[in-house]
Amino acid sequence: MTEIVLNEALSEVSLLVVSSALAFLALALVLFSFQLVKLNTEDQADPEKFSQVEKAGFVLLWVSTIVLGVGVVLRGISAGRVPWANMYEFSISGAFLILLVYLTALKIRDLRFIATFIAGFALIILFAAVSLFYVEVQTIMPALQSYWLVIHVVVAIMASGFFSVAAGLHLFYLLKASGKAQKLFQRFPDLQQLERLAYRFNVVGFVLWSFTLIAGAIWAERAWHRYWGWDTKEVWTFIIWVLYAGYLHAMATRGWNGKRAAWLGLIAFLSVIFNFTIVNLFFKGLHVYSGL
Amino acid sequence: MASSFLSKLSFWPRWFWRQLTSMRNALILLLLLAIAAVPGSVYPQRSADPNGVKVFYDNRPELAAILDSVQLFDVYTSVWFSAIYILLFVSLAGCVLPRTKIHFNALRAKPVETPKNLARMPEHIVRDGSDSVLDSAYEVLKKRGFRVMRQEGSISSEKGYAKETGNLMFHYALVGVLMAVGLGGGYSFSGQRVLVEGDTFVNNLASYDSFSPGALFNESRLEPFSVSLDEFDVVYDLANKNNIGQPIDFIASVTRQVGTESYASEIRVNYPLPVPGANVYLTGNGFAPVVTIFDGEGDISFSGPVVFLPQDSNMTSLGVIKTPDSLPEQLGIIAFFYPTAEKLTTGAYTSIYPDPISPLMTMNVYSGDLGLDSGVPRNVFALDTTNMELIAGRNGPAPAIELEVGESADLPNGLGSVRFDGLLRFASLDIAHNPGGIWVLLFALLALGSMTMSLLIPRRRVWVRANPGGTIEFAALARRDDPNLKLILEEIVQEIETKSK
Repeated sequence: MTEIVLNEALSEVSLLVVSSALAFLALALVLFSFQLVKLNTEDQADPEKFSQVEKAGFVLLWVSTIVLGVGVVLRGISAGRVPWANMYEFSISGAFLILLVYLTALKIRDLRFIATFIAGFALIILFAAVSLFYVEVQTIMPALQSYWLVIHVVVAIMASGFFSVAAGLHLFYLLKASGKAQKLFQRFPDLQQLERLAYRFNVVGFVLWSFTLIAGAIWAERAWHRYWGWDTKEVWTFIIWVLYAGYLHAMATRGWNGKRAAWLGLIAFLSVIFNFTIVNLFFKGLHVYSGL
Repeated sequence: MASSFLSKLSFWPRWFWRQLTSMRNALILLLLLAIAAVPGSVYPQRSADPNGVKVFYDNRPELAAILDSVQLFDVYTSVWFSAIYILLFVSLAGCVLPRTKIHFNALRAKPVETPKNLARMPEHIVRDGSDSVLDSAYEVLKKRGFRVMRQEGSISSEKGYAKETGNLMFHYALVGVLMAVGLGGGYSFSGQRVLVEGDTFVNNLASYDSFSPGALFNESRLEPFSVSLDEFDVVYDLANKNNIGQPIDFIASVTRQVGTESYASEIRVNYPLPVPGANVYLTGNGFAPVVTIFDGEGDISFSGPVVFLPQDSNMTSLGVIKTPDSLPEQLGIIAFFYPTAEKLTTGAYTSIYPDPISPLMTMNVYSGDLGLDSGVPRNVFALDTTNMELIAGRNGPAPAIELEVGESADLPNGLGSVRFDGLLRFASLDIAHNPGGIWVLLFALLALGSMTMSLLIPRRRVWVRANPGGTIEFAALARRDDPNLKLILEEIVQEIETKSK
């Protein structure tokens, strides 16, 4: 490959930009939480209308997403390649895509009610990225120098973005179904709507995840001389696929939709998180790309 | 899932078959499969990490024996894992086959009879109009791809049969994937060979350092070709100070020969070399110092490159040399190679850079019985010093031998001398082929396509009825959840009304 000169000064700028996105996101989260409290205490507030607090929250969410996007792009420019080759970069790109998927979906459906979850989740990812996973910009090892890095990883991150939104919906479904904070949850869509929304996000995530799995196998055949070898990361990709397949079957099985399916969706999503964190950092395998 | 052959079975087999093919049990089997896959990521697996299993055995032999007895080091070929996925596929077949028959009939059948009470459908619209509307409704629905049937005073139509077609095809494609994996694995092979610069690999079983064939493989599948390693280059990052010394490319320059045709090529990570009946992959590399050893009588007892195994990222490497033919005593040498050597305060050496800038080799020399005559196979990368005596080395009677390229040194006790002639690199190559791979890919893509079809195509029924009172009823029903049903029906109604004006 041709030698790439890394731009370390620019990567410092990128870190600064990402950190400011984190600050905006934190502010947005505060406003969204405030809105939830307001909905839970006030009787008059009309959930159909945007309150001033909520409006400000979404402005901040947009600002934070755009700023984060700039940070991600700068990181890519400073590294001279796609900005998803180690845990720090997976995380910032992932948080950006989750926010983007959510904000895009918001244009189509009223999903304001999970804003707190989305902002909170993206905040946790960004915080972990900056404080735990941060590494200086690096040249990448020969094994990663492939156009499959662009395809395989970005689709995996996108799938995770759809799964995240669905997980938020599952969570609110279960909270609402538990009968707690009724005043708040009566303002949310009804259980059936929550279930259907989650199903739709999971379906798109599942298709993307299947593609990730196939693209990974094609790449593995090039790089490791076999398309499948039960490497720890392959095992978990398989487990996640099977769990979401189970979820889809549950949705079509009488007596298994509703709460059970929601739990299954949440467990599948926890496996996605587990795969990204614990397996990446602590399990021995061929996917040793955390950069830590 | 009622099948005609069920009625011929007695109670228990019938009950068992019903259980197996029920959706609930398919679901439970799926969850079991996910759980059963977990231990394979926790314990080292013989297929992916044979050395890890060995280390586990060394560290905790008793636990290892217990785990091994329940196949926890071979999870994915274990009896219990296989049992789950075989049951799952039997359940799949039992579910999908009857559904295929039903769907096949449905494809040829006419749309259902218009229900009596259309108001009970999830979407229902009433307008004024006469039964002349039915003609335009027929055309509009037909144009929209519905299968339409004119009935007494009404129209019944249905669309989206591809949803079920996709669903069924997805499940059949999974069966295809499984069969391609199984058969392909049977006919596959993969072999490893370490090649030093200047060496040639000729494709036959004896040329491999290790070889793992599938159950159905036979030697005649190895096609004749040869690959010579002309040169091995490592490109290091020199442009970025934080990454100095990080390899950014490994290039094996090779000459590939098939019959009388030969041409030069490269093998790199991610870019295997295609050869007849296989691909050649680059999986590792290291240094192979060239060493000559003279015995006590002045005869050459060893001469040639020695493959050293890398121990760290700066390529500190470990090699073992054995001279069974040297006189008066057999010699065994454990040697360290440092591409860029630096002396530590303790007196030991370390390598501070992976490229050979100031290469140094140190040797601990043993004399005595190498133990090669006992008939027990010995690892070429390990030296059994039980019946040997350290004659030069750290903590030995004489200091360790230190050699730069071109230097030689005498061994103590008149046992001979060693010479460091030069430095070569070696490449570890994998020669592998799995004829099932392409079929696995095709079935997987078919599965992906048909699954997308099944999940995203809506299946809808639309009815139009002209009532005697001068009203027209429009109604729609969807299989499963369909967010656009209302919108679609409104569109259809509008189109029909525009057309009939």
